[in-house]
Amino acid sequence: MTGRLTTCRWGVLALFCAALAGCSSEPGRQAPGGPTLAEVRARGYVRCGAGRDTVGFSAPDAHGRWRGLDVDTCRAVAVAALGDRDKVRFVPLTGQQRITALLTGEIDVLPRTTTWTLQRDAGGINFTIPNYYDFTAFMIRADSGARALRDLDGASICVQTGSLTEIVFADVARRHGLTLHPVIFDNVQSTRQAFLSGRCDALATDQSALVALRALEPDRRYTIIPASDDIAPLTPAVRHGDDQWFDIVKFAIEALIVAEHLGIDRDNVEAMRGSRDPAIRRFLGVEPGNGRALGIRDDFAYQIVRQVGNYAQVYDDNLGARSGLNIPRGPNRLRRDGGLMLPIGFY
Amino acid sequence: MVRRRHDFHRWWLPQLLLGGTVLALLAAMAVTVTGNMALRAMTVSLGFLDNTARFPIAESVMAYSPVDGFAWAFATGLGNTLLLTATIIVASILLGIPLALARRSGHLLARLSAGAFVDGVRNTPLVIQLLFWYGVITVSLPSPRSAFQPLSGIFLTDRGLHVTTLGITGTALPLVVTLTIGLVATATLAWRGRLHQASIVSLGTVVVGATLWLALDLGLRPDVPRLGRYNFVGGLTVTPELAAVLLGSVLYASGFAAEIVRAGLAAVPAGQWDAARAMGLNDRQSLRLVIVPQALRIMLPPMTNQFVSVLKNSTLALVVGYPELNSIANTTMNHTGHALECMLVLVLAYLTLAGGISLAMNALDRRTARWTR
Repeated sequence: MTGRLTTCRWGVLALFCAALAGCSSEPGRQAPGGPTLAEVRARGYVRCGAGRDTVGFSAPDAHGRWRGLDVDTCRAVAVAALGDRDKVRFVPLTGQQRITALLTGEIDVLPRTTTWTLQRDAGGINFTIPNYYDFTAFMIRADSGARALRDLDGASICVQTGSLTEIVFADVARRHGLTLHPVIFDNVQSTRQAFLSGRCDALATDQSALVALRALEPDRRYTIIPASDDIAPLTPAVRHGDDQWFDIVKFAIEALIVAEHLGIDRDNVEAMRGSRDPAIRRFLGVEPGNGRALGIRDDFAYQIVRQVGNYAQVYDDNLGARSGLNIPRGPNRLRRDGGLMLPIGFY
Repeated sequence: MVRRRHDFHRWWLPQLLLGGTVLALLAAMAVTVTGNMALRAMTVSLGFLDNTARFPIAESVMAYSPVDGFAWAFATGLGNTLLLTATIIVASILLGIPLALARRSGHLLARLSAGAFVDGVRNTPLVIQLLFWYGVITVSLPSPRSAFQPLSGIFLTDRGLHVTTLGITGTALPLVVTLTIGLVATATLAWRGRLHQASIVSLGTVVVGATLWLALDLGLRPDVPRLGRYNFVGGLTVTPELAAVLLGSVLYASGFAAEIVRAGLAAVPAGQWDAARAMGLNDRQSLRLVIVPQALRIMLPPMTNQFVSVLKNSTLALVVGYPELNSIANTTMNHTGHALECMLVLVLAYLTLAGGISLAMNALDRRTARWTR
């Protein structure tokens, strides 16, 4: 009996050692520095980080279909990489999860209303090109009579953690010498619920989210007060270590902006292929070279405009008149119209 | 049965193999982590703790502002965690004892209602209870403008409970020092069983304190909360977040404490009651001199577990927006990306706190063991 027990014990130990040997040969198995494009092609779809409740940027609609500016940005990347706007899967992430998800390779690109900042950029990710310029603002009930930041002195303000908003909030109090009482939650729903239930006098977050929320609550009157004249560039990001993928995502976003600049949209893109303008001919891939330089199809910009649209159309669908949110384009107009959207040459 | 010499194959070899395996697993983990972190150009360093935290903390026992460093933000979170844990432990015992007695009482209504309460709070998730109380507070209470005033100087609103506080006017430091010394001395003497000396010290403290009060010409000034533009200003404010955490957690923990107390009392053999009566003790004396000292000893080990649970459950305060250590560590992780370091700080902090609770309770256990010997 004792003999058998001992044998059994040795067997367990041997198994343990075998498992250990298996483990120790693991390190370095997943190298995210490898060519993302090859991975995406082998997998057959692009994985994108998404939000759940950011209406206008990324949220499922009544039919469960993902919609929003960030969703369309991601579809443009899918068209560039795989030629099909539907070869994409969305991974819903909270504000706290998003950067880790990108760093660990759970997603290929993070277009999720993420503000481009030094600390984040230095922390292992690369920001591509801003697809929306936002700013932090406070929304307060109109009957409070508040019109400017100094009117907020002494107010309770609902803030969501895991976002830049909480730092901007603290900066406002420091800069203007105001006493503001923060009420801080870790998710969008709790923060909004606390504001709507009257726990806070004001809600602090991105102006676009405030406008979207105000549109959902039409019977109550709210005033929106900007936190400062700073602009927050919301910028899709990729991991460090794959320059080709970095370039592809950059020019997938640029394709939307340049298309608007050149006057090409979903409806006239076929006709435009016959244009004599060399810039348009190069952009649409009629004169080849651009796609090949990136390692993708030469007509990727043509496909993006045909399947997704240009920036003006994407904006209008998700944030402008056709979306019901009616957010004015403001700084998101093209540079020639006085905005910050800068077309970069497709040469 | 005591083996003098350990046999190599039966004792030393398995020990060495097991120890070696554990060490090798740890080493393999370290190699994997450092390898993967190097791939992502990430480094492990606690240096970031000196940087400015920049983010706000909604409320804290300790003074904090966004210009303080991350290290102080962690300390602030720790202070809040300690406040929650201590308050919940003390209040849940104070509530748990009468609950346990009610469950043992011959009074049918008291027994049934205490039983229903204990079963109710013990068998629903704490998160749901916290959210429930937070909802009750923020939805059912009025806005500051139409505050509910149950007593003069006390206001209940959806922004919290606002209480009038009494401040001492004048130089109060000598008085505070005298009272502190007196209180500590009294407690120490009472703990050692020198009740006579303790009463003399406490009387002396009161006399000296009163003399100081008159000599220094101190006075009292109430700080009454008054309605500002948005919120009540002045006095003491208990926010809905803190109130919900305390209310929910105290009720939850009191259910468990009540069961431990009840089990402790029930575990003392019924013969002890008979024996005490046979000695001529009445019910009250039997309980105090015979039953409770024995029950206490049975209750202490499960009570230690219960206190450690209270500490760990304090991390749920996050769901109702009360900033304790865990939520501040999460925020820091998000702003700095130093996830590994934050987890390390978190694990060390909770291990130390839980270890401290266990040590203190074991010391108490040894003391009660002496009593019952």
